[in-house]
Amino acid sequence: MRPVTSVIVDRRSHKGKSTANRQRVLKRLDGALKAQVDKLVARHKIKEADQAAEVTIERKDVTEPHFALDSVSGATDRVIPGNDQYRVGDKIPNNGGQGEGSGNGDDAGEGSAEAEDSFRFVLSREEYLSLLFDELELPALLRTELLQIDETRFRRGGVVRYGNPSSVCVTRTFKASIGRRLAAEAHQRDALEAAEAALAEARVGGVADFVQAAEAELEEVRRRTADIPFLDPIDLRHRSLVEVQSPCTAAVMFCLMDVSSSMDENRKDLAKRFFTLLYLFLTRKYKKVDLVFIRHTDEAQEVDEDTFFNGTQAGSTRVLSALAKMNEIIESRYPASHYNIFGAQASDGDSFGADSSESSGYLLSQLLPLSRYFVYAEVGGGPGQGATSLWSAYQSIESDRFNMATVNARNEVYPALAKLFQKEH
Amino acid sequence: MSEARKFSGSEWTLEDLLAIEQVCASHAKRYRLDTFPNQMEVISSEQMLDGYVSGGLPVNYAHWSFGKHFLIENAKYRTGANSLAYEIVINTNPCIAFLMEDNSLAMQALVIPHACFGHNSFSKGNYLFRQWTQPDAILDYMLFARNYIADCEEHYGVDRVEQTLDALHALRDQGLDKYKRPSKLDSRKERAEQAKRLFAAQETMRQAEYYSVVPHATKAAAADSSYPVNPEENLLYFIEKHAPKLEPWQRELARIVRKIAQYFYPQRQTQVMNEGWATFWHHRLINDMYDAGEIDQGILLECLHSHTNVIRQREYSPLNPYALGFAAWNEIKRVCDKPTAEDREYLPEIAGKDWLETFHGIMQDYRDESFLLQFLTPKLVRDFKLMNVKTEEGLDHWAVSDTAGPEGFKSIRSQLSASYRLESAMPEISVIRYARDTDRRLILHHHSYRGKRLVKAQAEQTLKHLRSLWGFGVSLETVDQDGRTIETY
Repeated sequence: MRPVTSVIVDRRSHKGKSTANRQRVLKRLDGALKAQVDKLVARHKIKEADQAAEVTIERKDVTEPHFALDSVSGATDRVIPGNDQYRVGDKIPNNGGQGEGSGNGDDAGEGSAEAEDSFRFVLSREEYLSLLFDELELPALLRTELLQIDETRFRRGGVVRYGNPSSVCVTRTFKASIGRRLAAEAHQRDALEAAEAALAEARVGGVADFVQAAEAELEEVRRRTADIPFLDPIDLRHRSLVEVQSPCTAAVMFCLMDVSSSMDENRKDLAKRFFTLLYLFLTRKYKKVDLVFIRHTDEAQEVDEDTFFNGTQAGSTRVLSALAKMNEIIESRYPASHYNIFGAQASDGDSFGADSSESSGYLLSQLLPLSRYFVYAEVGGGPGQGATSLWSAYQSIESDRFNMATVNARNEVYPALAKLFQKEH
Repeated sequence: MSEARKFSGSEWTLEDLLAIEQVCASHAKRYRLDTFPNQMEVISSEQMLDGYVSGGLPVNYAHWSFGKHFLIENAKYRTGANSLAYEIVINTNPCIAFLMEDNSLAMQALVIPHACFGHNSFSKGNYLFRQWTQPDAILDYMLFARNYIADCEEHYGVDRVEQTLDALHALRDQGLDKYKRPSKLDSRKERAEQAKRLFAAQETMRQAEYYSVVPHATKAAAADSSYPVNPEENLLYFIEKHAPKLEPWQRELARIVRKIAQYFYPQRQTQVMNEGWATFWHHRLINDMYDAGEIDQGILLECLHSHTNVIRQREYSPLNPYALGFAAWNEIKRVCDKPTAEDREYLPEIAGKDWLETFHGIMQDYRDESFLLQFLTPKLVRDFKLMNVKTEEGLDHWAVSDTAGPEGFKSIRSQLSASYRLESAMPEISVIRYARDTDRRLILHHHSYRGKRLVKAQAEQTLKHLRSLWGFGVSLETVDQDGRTIETY
């Protein structure tokens, strides 16, 4: 059907025509983008992982070559507008002079566009995460439900008649008082009128006894009217507080990492991605997520994020020190009744002597009862990975709040946490 | 939609736009502007970027390069380096004009006469558009192309289709028939023909297999040296027909890419004329609407403000096609209405003629190059203070060879006209020889004009694409007017 007359169409709802082409260019830029995302990961703090990721793309990564004339070769003529100073025969310097870069015809626009050698754009969250974790199915994150602790809270539950003097609701009490007095006085007013009428009648009758009795009655009614109290105990109204069980929306995530010399840059990079993913997941779930960084060699320290990933510390390895530190911090700052506690431990699995078994025992008996979840990632693919002493010790832990995995590459970060994400209730 | 309505303020509704279009139409009738029916589409800024990317075509096939252009344009727009066009219009029937939702009422009142009457009548009337494009068929063809390419992706894999399209896009500028007229676009016929071509190709391959085991009949070796008989300027066409190793679907892609490139060919040759024409008419129609009391002074002033920005020509900068075109058409009107002795000398054929008649005649029969050569007036050259500058390879300066004035006029006119020849921006490359019976090498010549060579790095990358399509050796030389090779790639 062709319109014979002119028509107007509102096309604004037809969105996303460029989506397919965008995906294609991102795919094509995959290598370049991953390099950029790597830089961002190194630079960004874990808490910034959710922010818009702006990336810069070099034009050379996406050139579309074509046969083009070399503007400096051969002889060139140009027609230039606005000449108010040159005469025939004048010479205009070529290097950046007014003649340079001005031309007409098609090549002018194209030349200036090609001159910019890079352009920036913002990756969407999904695109960023997909690059961060090598195209893993992250949408599972969104469906996940996780058991939450209930927190007992009081909230206002209206107004009641009985309660503690400190909870008296003054305005409602006065309202009740006004009502009561109005009602009581109305009744007395009727009695007063009746008594006054009786007195008047008695006076007309002129019998002294009757008059006296009527006067006494009137006096009594007046006394009763004056006796209506301004405030009566039955006026009192109290604000009520009711106890409710509500899901706790605060969480704390403990990042535990072995920083002994065997943890090299690559392992730390994997660990950072591991922590980042867990953090992203938790921020989907909880309103407020605190991060606590505990690094350890043979001694554990709580440090800030920069020190955590970049600082160095010499020493051997004692995992138990970090676990104990975590427990200490929970006790002092993050009571388990108010926080959903998550632990994430990254290590290359080195530990010595009795440390491994002591650690797993401590974890099972002390930390897991307090925690929502604890996950251990053994990073870095050294020889014997998955058979380290820590690994074998942790393997004995049987709890649905605990999981462990080996992470050798970026795309193994997600599987390490998958079990947590899939836990549904 | 009452005729008596006077438009004011900045808010508008869809009905307002349609009403403006009808008001414009009533004025345009007096000037005998013949247009396709208008289909005005209100779009968002994101959709305007979509429009940029596909050259205004509302339908296009999927390819990463469109995504790249979108990102680049979007980045420019977001950072404020570029503002978006107020409209895009494409020569289709009905004529689809994209109007930005962010435009104020005044801007819409400006772009409707510009696009829906100026560009629309130009693409309906101009000989290049009439001969080279089929406004009735292009949308169907694009739909066909999109579906065909999507089918290919399903059959042969996204990557292979992408590689083929990459290579074909590199040769897009060499996919034009510049002199012979292209066959008509018809998506139904195209589908039928396609089936035939596919069958024929399979047949040829079967025969080739058969002959490869049968002893060769000795061919005259000399026959090979003279193929093609005449140089072929349309590389994509040559590839589509002769590339030894291309699969049938790849030939179809070559066909699609060159058909679409061909569609934009007239636009590239009529930029100054077309924009000047549209600017002239929006200016005229806006003033007519004001005179008729259909828009208030606020709208008129806002329109004139934008109009002035559009036709601004900075000194010592590239020529603005809107400014040059608008001035050129105004000059033609002046020469018709009030010719001076100078005009009678230089433009005797139009001096004192009926201006509207003259306008339509010129709009229909010229393109930028011939338009400027024929109708540039000495006054315009003086007003624009044009000068000719020349340089040569190795020189560190430009020499001023002509300035505005009686002596310089003709030389500036011919120089300006020549700069709008497509060949001054697009290298002329043609197939000289195809060694069909030996090593199947393809020999190309770039016919250099005034010693110009190709950008070497780019040429080599483009050749890589060409070789991937051709499947055998390809060599390219730049040859000067005397037939001497000045560069090989």
